[in-house]
Amino acid sequence: MPAFFVKHIKPICFTLCSLPLAYLAMLFFTDQLGANPIERITRYSGTWALRMTLITLMATPLQRALGAVWPFRIRRMLGLFGFFYVTLHLANYIVLDQFFDGYEIYFDLVERPFIMAGMAAFLLLIPLAVTSTKKMMRRLGKRWKQLHRAVYLIAALGVLHYFLLIKLGWFEPAIYLLVYLALMLMRMPIRETLSKIFKPRQVTDPR
Amino acid sequence: MLIKSRNTHDCLESEVTDYSLYMQRRRFIETSAKGFGLAMIAPSLLLSACSEASPGSDTTTSAGKQDQELTPYEDVTTYNNFYEFGLGKSDPAKYATKFNVKPWTVKVEGAVENPGTYDLEDLLKGMQQEERIYRLRCVEAWSMVIPWYGFALADLIKKLKPTSTAKYVQFETLYDPKQMPGQRGRALDWPYVEGLRLDEAMNPLAFMATGLYGKDLLGQNGAPFRLVVPWKYGFKSIKSIVAIRFTETEPPTSWNITNSGEYGFYANVNPKVNHPRWSQRKERRIGEFRKRPTLLFNGYGDEVASLYQGMDLKRYF
Ligand code: HEM
Repeated sequence: MPAFFVKHIKPICFTLCSLPLAYLAMLFFTDQLGANPIERITRYSGTWALRMTLITLMATPLQRALGAVWPFRIRRMLGLFGFFYVTLHLANYIVLDQFFDGYEIYFDLVERPFIMAGMAAFLLLIPLAVTSTKKMMRRLGKRWKQLHRAVYLIAALGVLHYFLLIKLGWFEPAIYLLVYLALMLMRMPIRETLSKIFKPRQVTDPR
Repeated sequence: MLIKSRNTHDCLESEVTDYSLYMQRRRFIETSAKGFGLAMIAPSLLLSACSEASPGSDTTTSAGKQDQELTPYEDVTTYNNFYEFGLGKSDPAKYATKFNVKPWTVKVEGAVENPGTYDLEDLLKGMQQEERIYRLRCVEAWSMVIPWYGFALADLIKKLKPTSTAKYVQFETLYDPKQMPGQRGRALDWPYVEGLRLDEAMNPLAFMATGLYGKDLLGQNGAPFRLVVPWKYGFKSIKSIVAIRFTETEPPTSWNITNSGEYGFYANVNPKVNHPRWSQRKERRIGEFRKRPTLLFNGYGDEVASLYQGMDLKRYF
């Protein structure tokens, strides 16, 4: 990795992660969101929420593959951007889409599995976002890592949310599912698991 | 009453929409900006504003009272569900630009006295042309108001003379993957088919459109001619028709074949019968910010409710 890239990894990452938002703002202020702007924002923010979540999951495999520490230095920032796009997605749903219609939102929450999955993901993200500071990391120590494993479930719920809402054609959610599965597989300690399974049992003498 | 007939030589709305279209576009920025502003300074104001929109206090129960501001031509022609041209809303406008509709023939088959393969021009001969402004309610909970141009479906059916055994009419869309790139995938079971009970088809509201905004239909809107049944969800209003079949039994319909749990044969607009995965109580009129309540039969109950007397609309959704 070029030294410049590694040295300035945080501002570079921040800029890149802000681009989708900048593009959305550009569309908004130049009136290019199309005939149904709210639907467009819903889809756009949802898509980037899921992408950022999956990108966050790439940090660990990247770190292992490259043997470099920089992926870990941006991991929390990536996660927070994921949280940001999910929040934007939810705010758009509550403010622009439903316009604070508590009745509709309530029925969506209790009747629509896809909304339930999305909301579960959002609720699970909150403690992760809250504990994303260095201070919290230090304070929680080992438990921080355990807590933040919830992101595996969150990403799965995001993919599930997408599968449940699609009207026709499972192609796009299937791509996200494949990426998710690949990222999960990479974390499996495959060699150790295999050797555990195939290792000949040591027969101990009961006597 | 919403059927607005008009001599076609009158000045049509299409000639005066450019400005309103412009305003409409600006409006989203303004209304949403206002929405955000309010959200930050006065949540209580918003809450009261929100109760205004609750179904109980709604005054627009009769269709006539709903304002009928036309959806801008640009939106009507760029925001379409026409999966033959792709799954995205802007795909039809993108891929239908070279859609060739000439020559166009229509097969008429089944329980009918005048079967055959007709040139479209011959089929349309003698049809009384008129403009009708209808609301279109998509099953995805958005809606438009469109000035169609065409003729009553009943007139065409009378010309074709179904036999006494005919109880249903089925329509079929063109199958031509060369022209319709969406048909190269298997999103739906092509060709697209739709159908109506014969008495539904004979209802004066059922319409065959050949144009909108005073212009011939564009490919994305179902050129050269399509069905418009304003009291049913948009997917019933089949586009680019190449076959009309009169049948004795309920004909298969595309969305019902694809997912019978979510899309029925009748597909009447009904705020009380939700789509299994989303609410149908409200809809977003394209160009508007707040959702508005959806009306039973899309507000055309006076004209069509009698067709469904005694039917359980929850069961026959
Ligand atoms: C907080 C609760 C959430 C709510 C209320 C919510 C609501 C919605 C709604 C209403 C749609 C549009 C459905 C449609 O077009 O029919 C949508 C789409 C979507 N949402 Fe969410 N969502 C939530 C959380 C999430 C989360 C956590 C993710 C990902 C991590 C996500 C990713 C997506 C994606 C990928 C789409 C589809 C975009 C597309 O159609 O291209 N959502 N969501």
